[in-house]
Amino acid sequence: MSTFEDSFDPKTSLNSSGCACGRHASQAEHDRGTQLQCEAVESEDKRFEGVVASAVMRAMFPKDAARRAFLKSVGASTALAAVSQFFPLKAATEVFAQGGPIEKKDLKVGFIPITCATPIIMAAPMGFYTKHGLNVEVIKTAGWAVIRDKTLNKEYDAAHMLSPMPLAITLGAGSNPIPYTAPAIENINGQAITLSIKHKDKRDPKSWKGMKFAVPFDYSMHNYLLRYYVAEHGLDPDQDIQIRAVPPPEMVANLRADNIDGFLAPDPVNQRAVYDGVGFIHMLSKEMWDGHPCCVFAASKEFVTQTPNTYAALLKAIIDATAFATKAENRKQIAEAIAPANYLNQPVTVVEQVLTGTFADGLGNIMTDANRIAFDPFPWQSFAVWIMTQMKRWGQIKGDIDYKGISEQVFLATDTSRLMKEVGLTPPAATSKTFMVMGKTFDPAKPEEYIKSFAIKKAT
Amino acid sequence: MKTVSLAGRAAVVSIALFVAFILAWHVATRGIGSVQQMSPEYAKLMGVTATQGKSAMPGPLDVGAKLWEHLKRPFYDNGPNDKGVGIQLAYSIARVGVGYLLAVSFAIPIGFLIGMSPLMSRALDPFIQILKPISPLAWMPLALYTIKDSGLSSIFVIFICSLWPMMINTAFGVSAVRKEWLNVAKTLEVGTFRRAFTVILPAAAPTILTGMRISIGIAWLVIVAAEMLVGGTGIGYFVWNEWNNLSITNVVTAILVIGLVGMVLDQILARFAKLVTFPE
Repeated sequence: MSTFEDSFDPKTSLNSSGCACGRHASQAEHDRGTQLQCEAVESEDKRFEGVVASAVMRAMFPKDAARRAFLKSVGASTALAAVSQFFPLKAATEVFAQGGPIEKKDLKVGFIPITCATPIIMAAPMGFYTKHGLNVEVIKTAGWAVIRDKTLNKEYDAAHMLSPMPLAITLGAGSNPIPYTAPAIENINGQAITLSIKHKDKRDPKSWKGMKFAVPFDYSMHNYLLRYYVAEHGLDPDQDIQIRAVPPPEMVANLRADNIDGFLAPDPVNQRAVYDGVGFIHMLSKEMWDGHPCCVFAASKEFVTQTPNTYAALLKAIIDATAFATKAENRKQIAEAIAPANYLNQPVTVVEQVLTGTFADGLGNIMTDANRIAFDPFPWQSFAVWIMTQMKRWGQIKGDIDYKGISEQVFLATDTSRLMKEVGLTPPAATSKTFMVMGKTFDPAKPEEYIKSFAIKKAT
Repeated sequence: MKTVSLAGRAAVVSIALFVAFILAWHVATRGIGSVQQMSPEYAKLMGVTATQGKSAMPGPLDVGAKLWEHLKRPFYDNGPNDKGVGIQLAYSIARVGVGYLLAVSFAIPIGFLIGMSPLMSRALDPFIQILKPISPLAWMPLALYTIKDSGLSSIFVIFICSLWPMMINTAFGVSAVRKEWLNVAKTLEVGTFRRAFTVILPAAAPTILTGMRISIGIAWLVIVAAEMLVGGTGIGYFVWNEWNNLSITNVVTAILVIGLVGMVLDQILARFAKLVTFPE
C-alpha cells in the first residue's frame, strides 16, 4: 500500500494478485489510475491529515489483515473517530503541516544527477521548498562516497542517497557507524539493465558468463537486483560475471569504450545509452520487482533531532513534490524543469522518455510503461529488511543482525514515530508488507529463512 | 637569398603544424557512421549519433563555436550547479592561490633550515622521502574525513602537492651556495640572519624560483583532478559536469582553457625567475 492510499478503506486488496499496488482489479486499471489518492483530496492540509491518519492506523494495526478485520467490523468513520479519540490526529496533523518556527532556513541538499532524485531536484526550480519556508540550494555531487562524506561532514544538511546507504552507514559497513535515517523513499522502480548493442542477441542471462557489468555503488539496490537476477538464472555473480562499481555519469562512456558489457543503472543513464546508440534496454527493474525502492532522502539522526521543525518542513516539501510527481500529466513539465545544466544536464527528450514511460528501447521499438518510474515516499521497513538480507547474502555484513531494530531505527525514524512521541504515545510496532521479487514471496518476519532459501549465495 | 630569423622560421613551422593538426582533426571527425533504419517517431527519441551517424567526437568547428559561446558569456550564474566558465576558473585559481601561498610559507623556511643545517637535513630526510611520492589525490579521502570541508580539503591537497618541489629546491639551493661567498661573509663577521638574507637568499633565489615554478604547474594539474572528485565549483567540476552530459565539445573546450591558464601561471613564475637570476 502506498502512503497516499487510504488505509481506512476495508476493501483495499491486500494481496498483489490484482495489480502492483493492490488497489485495482487489474494492472490495466492500475495504470490508468496511477494518479494516487492524493489527487482526489481537495486541499493540502487534507492530504497531510490523510498521511498522518494512515500512518497512525497502520502503526496501530501493523498486520494488514487485522486492520482490515477491524475496519470491516466497525466501519471506517467509526474507526477514524475511535482513533482520534485517544490520538489527537488534528494536533498531530497540525504539527506535521505547520510545525513550529523553522530553526534554519538556508539549507544545502546534495544530489547525484539521476532521475531518482527527481523530488529533491524539482522541489527547487518548482518552488516546493520556498512554499514551505525554506531556502534550499540543491548541490550536484560527483559520487556516492563523496555525498556520504559531505553529509557526514555537515556540509549538506540532507542528501539523496541509495536506499541501502543509510542502513550501511548505521551498521558501520563501509564507514564508521553513525545513526542515520531515511525518512522518505524518493522513487520506486526507475532502473534498468542496459546491454551493449553488440549483445543484442544475448537476451538469455545464462549466456552472460564472463561478461562485465557496472552498478553505481556496492551498497545499492542495483547491485542487489543484478546479483539476484543473474543468480535466479543460475549464474554466481561473484564467479561467473564481473560486477564493478562505476559512478552513473561514467557508465555510458565506459559502455561506448567497451570496458563493460552492460549495467544495471539508474535513469537517465539507460536512456542516454539508447539515445547515443551504444546500448539497448534489456529489461526494466520493475519487471523484476514492481515497486522496489531505489533512492532515499536521507538525513543524520542529529539533524532530525536537533532541528525538528526544519526537518519537518523539508520532509513536507519532499512529500509535496513527490505527490506532484506521481501524477502522469505533470511529468513532462518536471522533465523540462530538471533537465538543464544546473540539475541533470541531459537532453530534455531523454529525461522525458524516462519520466513519461514512453521510450525507445534501443532496438527500434517504442515501449510504453507509465510505471517505468514511480514516486512513493513511504519508507516500508520490510524494504530495509530485504536490503539487509541481501547484504548478508553477499557477505557485506556478517553474523547476527537485528533486522527489526535496525529497520525501525533507519526506515521508521520518521515523523510518524516522532509525532506519536510528541503527544505522549509510545510508537507501536513497525509497518511492514510482504512483496514479490521475481515471483518469490518475501516475508519480512523470516529474513534468515529467506537467505537460506537461495541456492546461490556467498559461502560463509 | 635573405635568411629568415630563427624565431620567424619557428613561427612558420608552428603555424604549419597547427593547421595540419586542425585539418587532420576535421577529417577524422567528419566521418559518417552506420545508420540503422528507424521510424520517424522512434528517431525523434534518439540522439544525432544514432539517427545521422554523426561522430561522437566534435570537430574543430564545433569546439570553436562552443569556445566563442563561453567567451561571450563567461560570468553567467544559473544557480549553484551551473556557472559560467569564468566563474569556475576564478574558483579554481583562488583555491590554487591559497594552497600555493600556504605551501610557500611553509616550504621556504623549512627548506632553508634543511639547507643550512646538516643535522636537520639528515633528520627530516626519511619523512620527506616517504611523503614526497604520495599522489596528492590519495590525501583526498583522508582530508575530507579529517578537515570535514570539501573546499578546505582541495586547498589542503594543493598545499601538500606544492610543498615538496619547493622545499627540496630551496634546500638544494641553500646548501649549494658557494663556500667562498660564505667565507667572505664570515671574514666580515656578518651575523647569521644578515648572512641568510643578504648572501644565501639571493644566491639560492634562482633555484628556489625553479622549485616554485614546478610547484605551480603541479598545483594546476592537481586542482582539476581534485575538483572532479569533489564537485561543487571550479573548472574541474565543469569538466565532470559536461562529461556527465557526454558533451565532449565542452570537455575539449575546457581542456583548451585549462591549458591556457596553466601556461599563464607558468609564465608569471618564469618572469619572476628572470628577475632574480644573476650572472656568475
